[in-house]
Amino acid sequence: MAYSDKVIDHYSNPRNVGTLDKSKKNVGTGLVGAPECGDVMRLQIEVDETTNTITDAKFKTFGCGSAIASSSLATEWLKGKTVDEALAIDNMEIVEELALPPVKIHCSVLAEDAIKSAINDYRVKNGMPELEMAKSHH
Amino acid sequence: MLKLPIYLDNNATTPLDPRVLEAMMPYLTEVFGNAASRNHPFGWAAEEAVDYAREQIAGLINCDPKEIIFTSGATESDNLGIKGVFEMYSQKGNHIITATTEHKAVLDTCKHIEKLGGRVTYLPVNAEGLISLEELEAAMTPETILVTIMYGNNETGTIQPIREIAAIAHKHGALFMTDGTQAVGKIPVDVLADGIDLMAFTAHKMYGPKGVGALYVRRKNPRVKVTAQMDGGGHERGMRSGTLNVPGIVGLGKACELAKQDMAADTARLSAMRDRLEKELLTLEESYVNGSVEHRLPHVANISFKYVEGEGLMMGVKDLAVSSGSACTSASLEPSYVLKALGLSDDLAHSSLRFGLSRFTTDEQIDYAINHVKEAVTKLREMSPLWEMFKEGIDLNSIEWAEH
Repeated sequence: MAYSDKVIDHYSNPRNVGTLDKSKKNVGTGLVGAPECGDVMRLQIEVDETTNTITDAKFKTFGCGSAIASSSLATEWLKGKTVDEALAIDNMEIVEELALPPVKIHCSVLAEDAIKSAINDYRVKNGMPELEMAKSHH
Repeated sequence: MLKLPIYLDNNATTPLDPRVLEAMMPYLTEVFGNAASRNHPFGWAAEEAVDYAREQIAGLINCDPKEIIFTSGATESDNLGIKGVFEMYSQKGNHIITATTEHKAVLDTCKHIEKLGGRVTYLPVNAEGLISLEELEAAMTPETILVTIMYGNNETGTIQPIREIAAIAHKHGALFMTDGTQAVGKIPVDVLADGIDLMAFTAHKMYGPKGVGALYVRRKNPRVKVTAQMDGGGHERGMRSGTLNVPGIVGLGKACELAKQDMAADTARLSAMRDRLEKELLTLEESYVNGSVEHRLPHVANISFKYVEGEGLMMGVKDLAVSSGSACTSASLEPSYVLKALGLSDDLAHSSLRFGLSRFTTDEQIDYAINHVKEAVTKLREMSPLWEMFKEGIDLNSIEWAEH
């Protein structure tokens, strides 16, 4: 399969690989996917509680090049956004940016799920109600 | 300078040996006759070349030259052997025994036999990929006409106990066929000593051209016959019609002659390189050899790297032409049925790489491959949440995964 230059770039030079301290109250962690499905993404955000802004984002992904690129791109986009802005990220924006082929759209969906899951974790930790996942997939 | 990518997919196909091409060239140019033309020197020259190739092949597998039926390749030979025996021996019975790790050319032919009303037993294999002789014995019935078990496996290189299998088949009055595609030309295969009644093999896995193969069909003790699956001019003693592929056959003959001549040296060199590659890659934690280490073709290594995903791994080893246990060209992941039959979980099957070395593989290429794979696996694990959990001692099965 031919990968786009952007996917190859993110795969070869992934941004923000790493781990945030999930015991901190202002860190939200999202773990989505399953090993037997061939994709597991863990995406974490650190939020400045006074401004509601995402100050840091990290990921680790077990998956194909498109899954790695989708999560790497997501962390790039998350930094500096408010939590509400982050919630608005749509998987199709990732598809467009990385020029993902139809068989790889599920990677972008997983990245969007990971973002929402991380935000939900942050919300629950901070006494806010859990959001309904807007999209229910597969 | 090392030329990239490095070809290590020689179980898929091998490059043509220049010596084989040289032998073929006259038959692609001036000696173009039809081997069935009996009335002029053009035909005689072609027939002579074909007969010489039969002798070269017979010399490699220890048979009579008349026992070689030329085909278009191993898939056709598997089809002709299985379907041909099923039709020819229908009076005697309709039961065939094979194994779950066979090539699709055998498995899908057996599925076809089932549609025709035949009964097929698919023997399971153990963790090494070997069938159980006790289970084979127990599966034999008076209606069993054929046992067909491959010599060496294409994915793992595992070599089955051929002589013991043949003996069991014969004890119960059945014929024994083997798909020798990966083994012929790589290890000593002796149809007489091994007790093989039919054997499929092909040129392009042993440095010959694509599009030509053969079916060995025993003529004595017992005299085996197969019903033709291709009707026409009655070539190949009526078992396979169609104008003979003279240049291809000359190539197959030459490839067999070279295999016999170079086998000992090739085997020693290839197994040393393979063992070095394997030993180095196994220094990576949580990496496993798939298949039998003891009973294995000398040029094959199949290794799984836990906690990395197969497609990501393939992308990481882009400088190598290798196969993976993952047929995930689409969103639907299909791990190798051969590795699954060995009892591998989906994730280990997906994250496997198959290395197939050839006569032309160099030590320099193996050095590069070792470093390249180590780097890719290490990098992907640093990125893998599963690896991190493993390192923290978290049992992955204890996690409730959000299935998607």
